Amino acid sequence: MPETTAEETARAIAAERGNRPDELLEILHDVQSALGYVPEAVVPALAQALNLSRAEVHGVVTFYHDFRAKPAGRHVLKLCRAEACQSMGCETLVERAESRLGIACGETSADGRVTLEPIYCLGLCATAPSAMMDGRIVGRLTPERLDALLKEAGA
Amino acid sequence: MTSIRFFIPRDAAAIAVGADGVAAALAKAAQAAGRNIEIVRTGSRGMMWLEPLLEVESHGVRHGFGPLEPDDIPGLVAAGLLDGHSIGLATHRKSVGPVEQISFFARQTRLTFTRCGVIDPLSLDDYRAHGGYVGLEQALALGGAGIVDVVAKSGLRGRGGAGFPTGIKWKTVHETTADQKYIVCNADEGDSATFADRMIMEGDPFLLIEGMTIAGIAVGATKGYIYVRSEYPHAIATLKEAIQLARKAGLLGANVAASKQAFDLEVRTGAGAYVCGEETALLDSLEGKRGIVRAKPPLPAHKGLFGRPTVINNVLSLAAVPFILSEGAKVYADLGMGRSRGTMPIQLAGNIKHGGLFETAFGMTLGELVDDVGGGTFSGRPVKAVQVGGPLGAYFPRALFDTPFDYEAFTAKGGLVGHGGITVFDDTADMAKQARFAFEFCAIESCGKCTPCRIGSTRGVETIDKIMAGDGAEDHLALVTDLCNTMKFGSLCALGGFTPYPVMSALTHFPDDFRRAKRLPQAAE
Repeated sequence: MPETTAEETARAIAAERGNRPDELLEILHDVQSALGYVPEAVVPALAQALNLSRAEVHGVVTFYHDFRAKPAGRHVLKLCRAEACQSMGCETLVERAESRLGIACGETSADGRVTLEPIYCLGLCATAPSAMMDGRIVGRLTPERLDALLKEAGA
Repeated sequence: MTSIRFFIPRDAAAIAVGADGVAAALAKAAQAAGRNIEIVRTGSRGMMWLEPLLEVESHGVRHGFGPLEPDDIPGLVAAGLLDGHSIGLATHRKSVGPVEQISFFARQTRLTFTRCGVIDPLSLDDYRAHGGYVGLEQALALGGAGIVDVVAKSGLRGRGGAGFPTGIKWKTVHETTADQKYIVCNADEGDSATFADRMIMEGDPFLLIEGMTIAGIAVGATKGYIYVRSEYPHAIATLKEAIQLARKAGLLGANVAASKQAFDLEVRTGAGAYVCGEETALLDSLEGKRGIVRAKPPLPAHKGLFGRPTVINNVLSLAAVPFILSEGAKVYADLGMGRSRGTMPIQLAGNIKHGGLFETAFGMTLGELVDDVGGGTFSGRPVKAVQVGGPLGAYFPRALFDTPFDYEAFTAKGGLVGHGGITVFDDTADMAKQARFAFEFCAIESCGKCTPCRIGSTRGVETIDKIMAGDGAEDHLALVTDLCNTMKFGSLCALGGFTPYPVMSALTHFPDDFRRAKRLPQAAE
């Protein structure tokens, strides 16, 4: 059976890291950055490469919030919902983003443009509320700045 | 003619509010004026309400301007910014005067953060010029047992939250024989309201590297890992670069600082699991597994990473060590109160006017910190509650503002110091909602190993929902209290074990917030 590209990518990434089982998290980060998510198909390939059971690899993939089972939208907007941001009204911003996008936090907009996710603390707690858009951090978020971010994402 | 030096933070909090744009605008303005200036990207001074804070050096004094926007640069340039500091600049509306004279800054005792915001974080020359690597020199002269003794005498306790004496931890690993030992730095700073670890990693990474190297020499470990949460991409990048530089300079590797000691470091990235801040879950995660909490004993000091003796310390504990070695245990131990010795980098966050990093000796009261140093709420409304110690810390009402910042004093009042984060809430906060969130967060982040945490947190959310709906509140309040008791004493680690702190403190100090849905005469407690 010919291997899919995802599996080949995963094997190559694992090999780059010496097929070391203790580097599984780093490998999964690399897989996700290459493929946009961690497809189920790479689990057996990684298990074989690292000499782990499929259950062990599956367990790790599903345990950590960072790893996605499906591709995200073109843009990922993460809004911090931890206490410091709560004290500065982040929940109102979450509601605003949800209603603008017509989705609940954790979902991807129907047109596939934006995935809205919660994040628990970016360590920007004295300039709250905070957000992260495609890896870019934003502090002192206001409704206006949120709208600008959404517009930037094409929503 | 020497060029004028400007300083703008590269700290993530400064970048998040536009520091890169300010730096670019300044560079552009200088270029347009044909002036040769030097822009140093530093860590943050920690006065976050002033970020982005631009500093210009004049006669050895650094004058600040903030919070700036790129649009402020042309006005500042017109007032003479590119010619160094002047009267015209001092009266600019964004001028904050000499930065080190700002009261928030001047009243601190900055031992760990002495260089943060001052130097170029990736310049070893800067680091050395400001006292860096003196501690390592001392450590190499003292040897393992000598270092352990100094750290023990300093009274340093784990800054991650547990407050366990660092010297005892190191002594245990020092005395354990093994073919391989490890130093692990817990940089999984997941508590909301905390950012001191991040600031050190981004603003003074060699300090952490030096502290870990000293720990390695103290206990005979040749390998160290820094486990950083994935939410901190800037810290990860800075650390990796600093480690490369330290290796090149011979400060990491087979012969640390031309000695016979070997020590090297690796950075590992977490993957968004809060529970990995718990030390044994972190060790499992470092081994490439799910971050599941281990039962203790065995202690990590005996069987830690890959089953080998391991020192696992928080960033701030390790970062306190170089000072202790260079200045001596006594200088450190002379600060503080009771059994809390030295300084604590306190983080003022949330709804606060002057938020940021405030390093001070233990003993200042909560009220001084929030009202005096922090200036009260950002919103200008009255302070209702402050949560100290992150998501697992208690909510304190104003009535407890006389509590001194000290491990034992906080424990006595049903709270914890934790990692030193203080989140301020104004009077619009709903403490029942906050209690519900504490359970919810525990449910989201539970590793699932023990029942009180895994199931208890979910039952807790459901019960608080019933209380908020006014459905037989008194019975449910008793149930929550009982559930908290079970979680506190039956959980394997602090996630399930400490979730009762925010819940019970909210319930105890703000009972009205839990009863308003019921039409009953208010029972004051």
